[in-house]
Amino acid sequence: MAEVQIMTGNQAAALGAKLSHVQVVAAYPITPQTSVTEMLSQLIEGGELKAEYIRVESEHSALAVCISASTVGARVFTSTSSQGLLYMHEQIHWAAGARLPIVMCCINRGVGAPWTIFNDQQDSIAQRDTGWIQIYCRDNQEIIDSIIQAYRIAESVYVPVMICYDGFVMSHTMMPVEIPDAAAVSDFIPPYKPHTILSPEAPMNINPVLFPWRRANTEGVLCDGYMEMRYKLQKALDESREVIASTSRQFAGAFGRDHGGMLWQYKTDDAEIILAGMGSVASEATMAADMLRSEGIKAGVVGIRVFRPFPKEDVRAAFRTAKAICVFEKGISYGYEGALCSEIKAALYGTDIRLPIHNYICGLGGRDVKARELAEAVRSSRDAIAAGDTEPVPKWLNCFTE
Amino acid sequence: MPENLFKVNIEEYMLPGQRACQGCGLSLAYRYVLKALRENTIVTFPACCLTVLHGLYPTTSVTIPALNCTLASTAASASGLVAGLNAVNRTDITVVAIAGDGGTFDMGIQALSGAAERGTDFIYVCYDNEGYMNTGTQRSSATPMGALTSTTPVLTKQQPKKDMLRIMEAHDLPYLATTSPAYPIDLYDKFVKAKRIKGARYMQIAVPCPPGWGYAPKDTVRIGRLAVETGIVALFEIEDGKFRFTGRTKTLAEKGNKLPVINYVERQGRFRKMSIEQLRQLQRWVDTRWNEYLKRAEG
Ligand SMILES: Cc1ncc(C[n+]2csc(CCOP(=O)(O)OP(=O)(O)O)c2C)c(N)n1
Ligand code: SF4
Repeated sequence: MAEVQIMTGNQAAALGAKLSHVQVVAAYPITPQTSVTEMLSQLIEGGELKAEYIRVESEHSALAVCISASTVGARVFTSTSSQGLLYMHEQIHWAAGARLPIVMCCINRGVGAPWTIFNDQQDSIAQRDTGWIQIYCRDNQEIIDSIIQAYRIAESVYVPVMICYDGFVMSHTMMPVEIPDAAAVSDFIPPYKPHTILSPEAPMNINPVLFPWRRANTEGVLCDGYMEMRYKLQKALDESREVIASTSRQFAGAFGRDHGGMLWQYKTDDAEIILAGMGSVASEATMAADMLRSEGIKAGVVGIRVFRPFPKEDVRAAFRTAKAICVFEKGISYGYEGALCSEIKAALYGTDIRLPIHNYICGLGGRDVKARELAEAVRSSRDAIAAGDTEPVPKWLNCFTE
Repeated sequence: MPENLFKVNIEEYMLPGQRACQGCGLSLAYRYVLKALRENTIVTFPACCLTVLHGLYPTTSVTIPALNCTLASTAASASGLVAGLNAVNRTDITVVAIAGDGGTFDMGIQALSGAAERGTDFIYVCYDNEGYMNTGTQRSSATPMGALTSTTPVLTKQQPKKDMLRIMEAHDLPYLATTSPAYPIDLYDKFVKAKRIKGARYMQIAVPCPPGWGYAPKDTVRIGRLAVETGIVALFEIEDGKFRFTGRTKTLAEKGNKLPVINYVERQGRFRKMSIEQLRQLQRWVDTRWNEYLKRAEG
């Protein structure tokens, strides 16, 4: 039977990995991820989880271990944050290119220079184009549940999944979490079936050099070139939308919790102005929406749960009846605007949904983002829109810009 | 030594059609390495000449299962293979990481040191062609002093070669050995032995490289032998801390008739701008190490 415990986001992540019967764990400590690696070592050394734990000397190696272990047929897990994720970058691409169903937690933290150990989402946003599925969680329950879902998704589409959640705000904050029943989890994730297994019984050369054009094998059959392989990765991500949504629905059926598939909505039915965001800033926005509603402003929230593949159709449906959008983001694509804001605008392009979209950069390097500040930002956007300002430059919330 | 030749595994794991250069010391060495390691082996390697040797997708000329990895991650990739194979209960397979000197002495040293320190049960092979050959003969920390490379094109390399063996020995490994394809039986025996030993094993193969070193492809074995005859390369093994000369080096040490390095240097285009002073330094460098080895071999 499922049991409820009070735990941190990092504990939820480690338990999620345990319940998913991971067979190889490789990780390198970094704040705020560290306690995930510590708890997993505890579980493995204590005999509660039968898995190999490789205490690697770097994050680059952590993902290298996962890549090779996955290639010979093991279910693997790793986690990191910030500099660690950036240090992995080469391997992050490699994992997706090799089409391995690796699941990794990114405990979101700002990146240097200068140093910060505190939360924002610049680290995972910077990995947007690596070919990974990215899921952003809004509470600790969603972390444990999403890891379980992630293995099912990854192992059916052969695309790695990054489970992102905000450092400290979630990683170190205790919340009640219902621990899914172990037997039910085992039923939910069938054993890992690799698309190819490297073994002496079937020798082959995996991930070798490709030339630009397709090439014939020894039987004269033309095989994929680099570009065909890349097209297949893109296609797999496109098709994963349906798998992510159905996995979410089936999870809800089995465990009674629906985290929304590609995105979640809060009081959007009659909303005129919608706050949009990912992770904890989106859940903070629900409180801001309530504040605004108590003043008579019809506000709602769209939380983007899956950033890659981007939920284009769901976004169109979610914003169809809105009059304005305020996008709050803990990251920025320097030289332009928040990446989420750009994606939402692009998703609405070519539709008849024409509405002002305001962008707020907030919470970088752990700066507080309170519900009342989000509400205040929405009020100022409303005023600006009323004054005809439909597409202002991104505003930096709680930041001294003068 | 015909009886020695007969003991070599007759199976071929490198088929015709491999893509290394004519006269490549690596391809000669690799043939014997695979013969010694046999079927139950998985190799992993990064970007290097070996990647090219293995061929272009979807064909390969090597019948041993192979996993390509990134340049810095060879030993970590091997750690992952070992962990993954353990997890799926395949403990009968020898995991072999193999990389060039650039992928070992330079970029891969962090992952290698990590895997060695963890006592990972694998064989790490560095084939040392003394430069980044895949990208066109750039300097590595394994390039000897006085060599021209495409990144030391005028002044030659100013520093002596990094002593990777000493670094690896500091990891207290159960087995380390140096080998040369010019002495294939010595190489073969060491790999047969390495396969039997458990834990992290480090093997370094000195592979002559015709285009990178500037000599004719037909002279690979001759250059390989001169490297040993002059003491530039010493053939030895260190088993559980015990140092032992092997093969031709053992004879040279016993007879005391090692040749001056000039015999090796003068036959290679890469040394054509070497100064007399650099030649002296190279000789001193060889002699110092040689004397250290002699002492260890006696002790
Ligand atoms: C991170 C990274 N940087 C640079 C390269 C380019 N590169 C490919 S092979 C190579 C040289 C490898 O040299 P070495 O390990 O000595 O092997 P060799 O080419 O001599 O066989 C380099 C620099 C790369 N593949 N990855
Ligand atoms: S460049 Fe040298 S090491 Fe590389 S394939 Fe050619 S001969 Fe062999």
